[in-house]
Amino acid sequence: MNTPLRRVALAVMAMIVALLINATYVQVQIGPIGKADSLRNDPRNDRVLLDEYARQRGQISAAGTVLASSVATDDRYKYLRTYPTDPMAYAPVTGFYSLQNGNNGLEHAEDSVLNGSDNQLFGRRLIDLISGRDPRGGNVVTTINPIMQKVAYEQLTAKKLTGSVVAIEPSTGRILTMVSTPSYDPNTLAGHDAGRVEDTYKQLDKDTGRPLINRAVSMTYPPGSTFKVVVTAAALSNGIAKPEDQFTAAPRITLPGTQTTLENYAGSHCGPGDAQTASLTDAFKYSCNTAFVELGIKVGTAKLKDEASAFGIGKDLHNSIPIPWTDSTVGDIPDNAALGQSSIGQRDVALTPLDNAVIAATIANGGVRMKPYLVDQLQAPDLSTLSTTKPTSVGQAVTPQVATQITNLMLESEKNTQGGSQPRPYQIASKTGTAEHGTDPRNTPPHAWYLAFAPAQNPKIAIAVIVENGGDRALAATGGSVAAPIARAVLDAGLGG
Amino acid sequence: MSAPAPPSTGAFPSPPGGFAPAPPPATRRNVELLLLGLAALITTVSLVLVEASQEQAITWEIAKLGAAYLALFGVAHLAVRRFAAFADPLLLPIAALLNGLGLVVIHRVDLAQAQDAAFANLPIPSPDANQQVLWTGLGMVVFMGLLIALRDYRSLARYSYTVGLAGLVALALPALLPDRYSMVNGAKIWIRLPGFSVQPGEFAKIALIVFFAGVLVSKRDLFTGAGKHVFGMELPRMRDMGPVLLVWVVSVGVLVVEKDLGTSLLIFATVLCMLYVATERVGWVAVGLVLLAIGFVFAYNAFGHVRVRTATWLHPFDDYSSTGYQISQSLFGLATGGLAGTGLGSGNPSKVPFAKTDFIIAAIGEELGLIGLTVILLLFCIFSVRGIRTALAIRDSFGKLLASGLAFTIAIQVFVVVGGVTKLIPLTGLTTPFMSYGGSSLLANYVLLGVLIKISDAARRPAPARKRAEPIADASTQMLRKVEGGAA
Repeated sequence: MNTPLRRVALAVMAMIVALLINATYVQVQIGPIGKADSLRNDPRNDRVLLDEYARQRGQISAAGTVLASSVATDDRYKYLRTYPTDPMAYAPVTGFYSLQNGNNGLEHAEDSVLNGSDNQLFGRRLIDLISGRDPRGGNVVTTINPIMQKVAYEQLTAKKLTGSVVAIEPSTGRILTMVSTPSYDPNTLAGHDAGRVEDTYKQLDKDTGRPLINRAVSMTYPPGSTFKVVVTAAALSNGIAKPEDQFTAAPRITLPGTQTTLENYAGSHCGPGDAQTASLTDAFKYSCNTAFVELGIKVGTAKLKDEASAFGIGKDLHNSIPIPWTDSTVGDIPDNAALGQSSIGQRDVALTPLDNAVIAATIANGGVRMKPYLVDQLQAPDLSTLSTTKPTSVGQAVTPQVATQITNLMLESEKNTQGGSQPRPYQIASKTGTAEHGTDPRNTPPHAWYLAFAPAQNPKIAIAVIVENGGDRALAATGGSVAAPIARAVLDAGLGG
Repeated sequence: MSAPAPPSTGAFPSPPGGFAPAPPPATRRNVELLLLGLAALITTVSLVLVEASQEQAITWEIAKLGAAYLALFGVAHLAVRRFAAFADPLLLPIAALLNGLGLVVIHRVDLAQAQDAAFANLPIPSPDANQQVLWTGLGMVVFMGLLIALRDYRSLARYSYTVGLAGLVALALPALLPDRYSMVNGAKIWIRLPGFSVQPGEFAKIALIVFFAGVLVSKRDLFTGAGKHVFGMELPRMRDMGPVLLVWVVSVGVLVVEKDLGTSLLIFATVLCMLYVATERVGWVAVGLVLLAIGFVFAYNAFGHVRVRTATWLHPFDDYSSTGYQISQSLFGLATGGLAGTGLGSGNPSKVPFAKTDFIIAAIGEELGLIGLTVILLLFCIFSVRGIRTALAIRDSFGKLLASGLAFTIAIQVFVVVGGVTKLIPLTGLTTPFMSYGGSSLLANYVLLGVLIKISDAARRPAPARKRAEPIADASTQMLRKVEGGAA
């Protein structure tokens, strides 16, 4: 009976070996072989998240202001994520960090640094391991200017407006302000009471005001007349027009090849007096649609599209800030009628507030487009610097000469804008926009836009403001009446005016 | 005048005073004691790790627990020293270590469940670890009682039919009882008595092994000699096959009535192994596997739960929220543990349902990682192989069959449990020997250990000192018995 016994012993060993091979396959990932990675990363496997909760997550801050930090608790998750400073104002920047609903904003984009798993923190993790200290996460320092952020949020919420404010430092691309309203309190999603968090999330998700959407980067809107900056840049850059060139001053124009007419705001004649034509300067200053339809068609689709992409409209840097950033577009422009409509920022032209702010910043920066960014520094848990974001140029959209010409046009436009003639310690260069949208544009309150930078001669801040659906002015809203005051208040806050 | 030199009888004369007495055969009991100390140490350190990670206060209480654990197994060790002095020195320490680690993990899951309950504002469940410590103590008592009472394991052979019948009754009883006396968590494998419940199947397994060792020893010649040749394979006569078919029927019956795929597989594989050892015919294994396949195909087509089990095994995540939940959570835990594990007390083993019983291996894989799991599996492997070594060393057929059956059943049970938890084979509800929470399982496994240690003692015990044979010339004349058959 000994021969079969030896074979049984071999069978026992074979069974154990089979178990070991299978366990290795499940538990260890060796290159493409193994299930461990996919099992670990399965969204239904919340162990990694639970483990993460047990670690001290890093801080998110802005100029010394703590926007997000983790405080020790005595429940199983050990740390509670809190947003101590103006949580609603900063929600588009920080995003939320939730056990049930994942995370977004910088909490998501810089997760590996914040939770301490980033490779840049490897050495520190090793030290923590050896010294027996619980691993901690690194910190994220944002580029946000807290004063401007606060003012921008208060400006929008004071009148319960739905919209967004984005401000950029033109010379670097640093994002100084990123506000979206209505907002939400990320503290309510970071709680450890699963049921309550779930309820809050559902409520926020269903809210028709869509508070969870970061309008600054996730929504696109027709830019309306603010797009005239791009059309003018295309015309000037390609030598198609000069500021003094004359265009039609008619209150309405028939789009080529159609019966459709397009008219100036309130059906008015372009500029003062009743001359048949208006200069490009006047057309820009008074934001005459008819003149720009004519100009746009003169520029042509190809050159307009080229200029738009030189300003960053389309797909280029859209993971750079580093939160997800929806693509802006000029849409398909199949014919001259479409080109005419597109030239005044309607039809399929759709921009995110951030992209529009980039356009203002590019003009302000002498035509050099800087890559916008939201993270200034990544720090180790001991606040030593891991990396600092370096400003990056992503091309010359227009020559400095053209930039200066457009700046002058924008200075003229500001003078013609409601509240623009009031004395200020610095000059603002701006362009307003009142964008029609919806299926019945005449009876839908327009989106109010305002695009600006200041001081005009030495720009420190470029800004884009959008107020959805006319804000408190409804159908009577214009960019100048609704959006401009908000932007000016933010510029004042930033420039100490 | 000097004494005359003894007559020379060869090249190596006996030295003056004769040969030195042979050294006493090594009992290796001190090795066992040392290993038991190591097992107690590992258990204590593990407990310290759990307490530290769970931020429980680390007090001398833990050292006392460790010392108490060592004392408990120390007493068992003394019993082995006294009643089975030559037993294999690895068996008891391996059982002690597995039992100890099992206790630590049960305690660890207790803590997690208490936390979960506190978190959900539910009443905190009473800790199961205390209960399991009691069972461990009782297991030791049963183990020692067996060492003392079972003077010679061969006496079991005489009662093999009785024991076998008792085993069958025990196995069948839960199926016959009304659900309220036999159903726990949907498994109809219990006998619920006031105060406590037993899983008779755990004991039936051992009884059936004893029974088959007895039957096969008495009939093994018939199995191999008296059959017809079919396809170059000798088939036994139908009446000799009776007991084998009976077991097949029993295991399928268990599968059908009690829906206990695991026990069914366990009994069948163990008996098949014993049959192979007894007959030395691979053909039997083939017949067995064919029967198993037929049984499975039949069960698959006839019973919904077998189909569900199979589907869940193949695609556990398709039914994540219902039938696939256990195995999915188990796999998540194992993968999260990875190579080195999260560390004892630092994982989330309580996310897997039944983490203390059927899924204790998942908890180990999560917190001790592949390394820890490998150690556990190797411990089981050594345990089983040492059992088979005992079977190799013992001289009588009954002992060989009994030891191999007991050793193999541990291995197959580990294979079925760990294979199920790691998705190698379909999931079945079996306990991990010596580790899982549960009194029936622990007691039964200590009975198994006791019998195995008894056999191993007999296998390694030197033959009783015989009187020195007298020189053949001095022997008286003997009548030689006539050899029957005349062939010799």
